Amino acid sequence: MSQSARSNGFGRVLVVVYGVLAIAATGRSLVQIVRDFDAAPLAYSLSAAAALVYILATVALLKRGAGWRRVAVATIGFELVGVLAVGVLSLTAPELFGHPSVWSWFGMGYGFIPLILPIVGLWWVLRGSERNNNAH
Amino acid sequence: MIAWMMLAQAALLGLLGAGVTVAGIAKVRMNDWILGAAAIATLTLVVQIVASIIAPFTGSGPTGDPFEYWVYLVMAVLIPPAVALWALIDKGRWGVVALGVALMSVGVMVYRMHQIWFVQVF
Repeated sequence: MSQSARSNGFGRVLVVVYGVLAIAATGRSLVQIVRDFDAAPLAYSLSAAAALVYILATVALLKRGAGWRRVAVATIGFELVGVLAVGVLSLTAPELFGHPSVWSWFGMGYGFIPLILPIVGLWWVLRGSERNNNAH
Repeated sequence: MIAWMMLAQAALLGLLGAGVTVAGIAKVRMNDWILGAAAIATLTLVVQIVASIIAPFTGSGPTGDPFEYWVYLVMAVLIPPAVALWALIDKGRWGVVALGVALMSVGVMVYRMHQIWFVQVF
């Protein structure tokens, strides 16, 4: 088993959860933009951006190498900032963000997984890198 | 479309997923039972696709957005075979855990589809 792959061991579960969330968020934001874009253009645009970042994070977790590790940290970090910022804004500015999107109300519509996942994800990626550095 | 059938399907997927997840945590490697769980999950989704095509013709179409419903359903049916295939390529306990988590996620997606078809929350 390759030690450098972020998609081995527990990382495999992480990749699958990210993949499913990426698929679900992409599908939903596609529906929202096609059907109901004018209701909340800002929230729905952000939803679509979030969905794309989830796809990129899934790919980054699957790929090897230090470059992809940086991409993984950047995308997962972006998600953490996004879910916290939009979570607060959905409560303080509901006219802009009070629509069902992946990050509204700290990801409540997705069982708070969008809030928990980046924390677990960052822990996994950074932990994996330490182990790799020790191995070299 | 029959309401309790979809709820039963969501519950079945949740149970299968929970069982496979527990098996993976208990270090059970990929076997025929686990593959069977993924096959059953896929089969119920294929049945649902067929039922969803037929239902509108018998006068019981979705109360919500059919487009949203189909986006979910088409995605859901692809997930179990894809993750099962990945678990088969590299046989380890975490592949089994990943499959279990995926099946539970599909259960949640079916529950959401049930809401789109029957319940309008907006």
